[in-house]
Amino acid sequence: MSVVFIVFQANDTSRPLVEAIEKDNPHAQVEEQPGMIKINAEGRLVLKRETVEQILDREFDLQELHLSLITLAGNIDETDDEFTISWAR
Amino acid sequence: MDMKVTKKKLGLKERYALMTRDLDWETTYQPKDKVFPYVEYEGIKIHDWNKWEDPFRLTMDAYWKYQAEKEKKLYAIIDAFAQNNGHLGVTDARYINTLKLFLNGISPLEYMAHRGFAHVGRQFPGVGTRVACLMQSLDEIRHAQTQIHSMSNYNKYYNGFHSFPHMIQRVWYMSVPRSFFDDAVSSGPFEFMVSIGFSFEYVLTNLLFVPFVSGAAYNGDLGAMTFGFSAQSDEARHMTLGLECIKFMLEQDPANVPIVQRWIDKWTWRGYRVLTLVGMMMDYMLPKRVMSWKEAWEVYFEQSGGALFKDLERYGIRPPKWLDQIAFDKDHISHQAWATFYQYAGVSNFHGWIPTEEEMDWLSAKYPDSFDKWYRPRLEYWRDQAAKGERFNNTTLPMLCQTCQIPMVFTEPGDPGQICYRESEYKAYKYHFCSDGCKEIFDNEPEKYIQSWLPVHQIYQGNCFNPGVDPTVEGFNPIAAVMDYYNLQNGRDNGDFEGSEDQKNFAEWRGAATKN
Repeated sequence: MSVVFIVFQANDTSRPLVEAIEKDNPHAQVEEQPGMIKINAEGRLVLKRETVEQILDREFDLQELHLSLITLAGNIDETDDEFTISWAR
Repeated sequence: MDMKVTKKKLGLKERYALMTRDLDWETTYQPKDKVFPYVEYEGIKIHDWNKWEDPFRLTMDAYWKYQAEKEKKLYAIIDAFAQNNGHLGVTDARYINTLKLFLNGISPLEYMAHRGFAHVGRQFPGVGTRVACLMQSLDEIRHAQTQIHSMSNYNKYYNGFHSFPHMIQRVWYMSVPRSFFDDAVSSGPFEFMVSIGFSFEYVLTNLLFVPFVSGAAYNGDLGAMTFGFSAQSDEARHMTLGLECIKFMLEQDPANVPIVQRWIDKWTWRGYRVLTLVGMMMDYMLPKRVMSWKEAWEVYFEQSGGALFKDLERYGIRPPKWLDQIAFDKDHISHQAWATFYQYAGVSNFHGWIPTEEEMDWLSAKYPDSFDKWYRPRLEYWRDQAAKGERFNNTTLPMLCQTCQIPMVFTEPGDPGQICYRESEYKAYKYHFCSDGCKEIFDNEPEKYIQSWLPVHQIYQGNCFNPGVDPTVEGFNPIAAVMDYYNLQNGRDNGDFEGSEDQKNFAEWRGAATKN
């Protein structure tokens, strides 16, 4: 299975997103680099709106991820509730 | 930052459908082929544009909202950086030379990408594609502007930033990135999507804007870090657009497969060649290094490119050609490029230097199979020559590759001791290439590449002097005349970092910033 990844700016906007990804993707590995955080995972990574909302204790629109996203690798699927990266299609 | 989430009446998919697909209309007073005249001549067959899936379902209203927020954050940082004399916080003034390369060689390409997407966006009959191209066109002009704004702060204090729109057209090595883009924008709309969406975004900017920009952050440059990451957040959309376009073509008709395969081969190689500059920036020009060029290449190209090529296998696509050579060369190209710029520092717009002993040790550790054997002895020799007052400057203009326009400095696949030369004959003329890749690209489209504007040829033909310059007068100095044409000031913008005005000023100002 190929590795997918997502990279965020290392800042307060991305912190709850990274936390939510870690929670929902136990197989993911978080790599800290200067100014950025890279999350690698075999096969698939999912970011769930509900998890982010629990962490933030407010409503959250998944498209807010554009504010701190740097790059990613994999095919994406975007709905109101989940943002998924995988090599499946 | 808390953004207000408005309760939406429709789900994302419906909203996206209404606000993109629903914007299309049927033409009535002109036939479709007149409205979209470029869409068929490349041979790509599309049967149903409705099968296009835009992976990021970003609608125009959301686009403005998030882009505005990104801009506010970016400009707040750029302002704070400028206001607080952030330039004095960078590790070492040598770092600033990477920005000169960036502003002169990359930012004008962002502007070209803006024009390119405005053009091809107009040419696609599919409305999802058109909307995505419109957004990318706007993103690209934003990147050009934010880079210019961010680096204008350095132009107040340092040399070599003063005339980038001019230099991209004229300075010898700038023809490498410029010709890459000229090649892309002068192809058809589908090839443009592969060249920029795949090669430039997926292969090239992922290395430039992620590990290199992380390096900028590591070297204390908040401005570059912010414009870089802010740009790359758009690039994530651009990559997915490029890849979607590739998959869409492959799914629409099996006859598209060989055409797309040739573009993938061509543009992987073209992008890889331009990336030589980024390799050199990472290994030689960042005083503090996050990772070597080779390591970055392994993560961002071999791993994520490898996964992509595996994903495309099901359509009958094989990995790009010349990957063996690319894999071998990752130990070599950054060293070969820096050696070239050291030799020609007298005619470039940034400074050259020999790495310190400690930096050479780092390079040895990162490149155990190549640096000590092939590159360190030459750097040490040049260092010793310079110490004796005999700094080596190459005053012979190099032969350039007809396709990538890089001087012939690359070596044979598998033999770093032998410069690689290839040639082709076309209509009674002989053309020269740096590699099998560049030769094959030429052989496939000779009528295009015989038109290459090669700086060395142009200098010898007398086309790189300012108007009114008379090369026949006694004592005419052609190099000085070419420097005038480039708008480079000899002794300020070029030459060695050691003893430069930039080095002196930075030391003096930093001293003033830390003492009374």
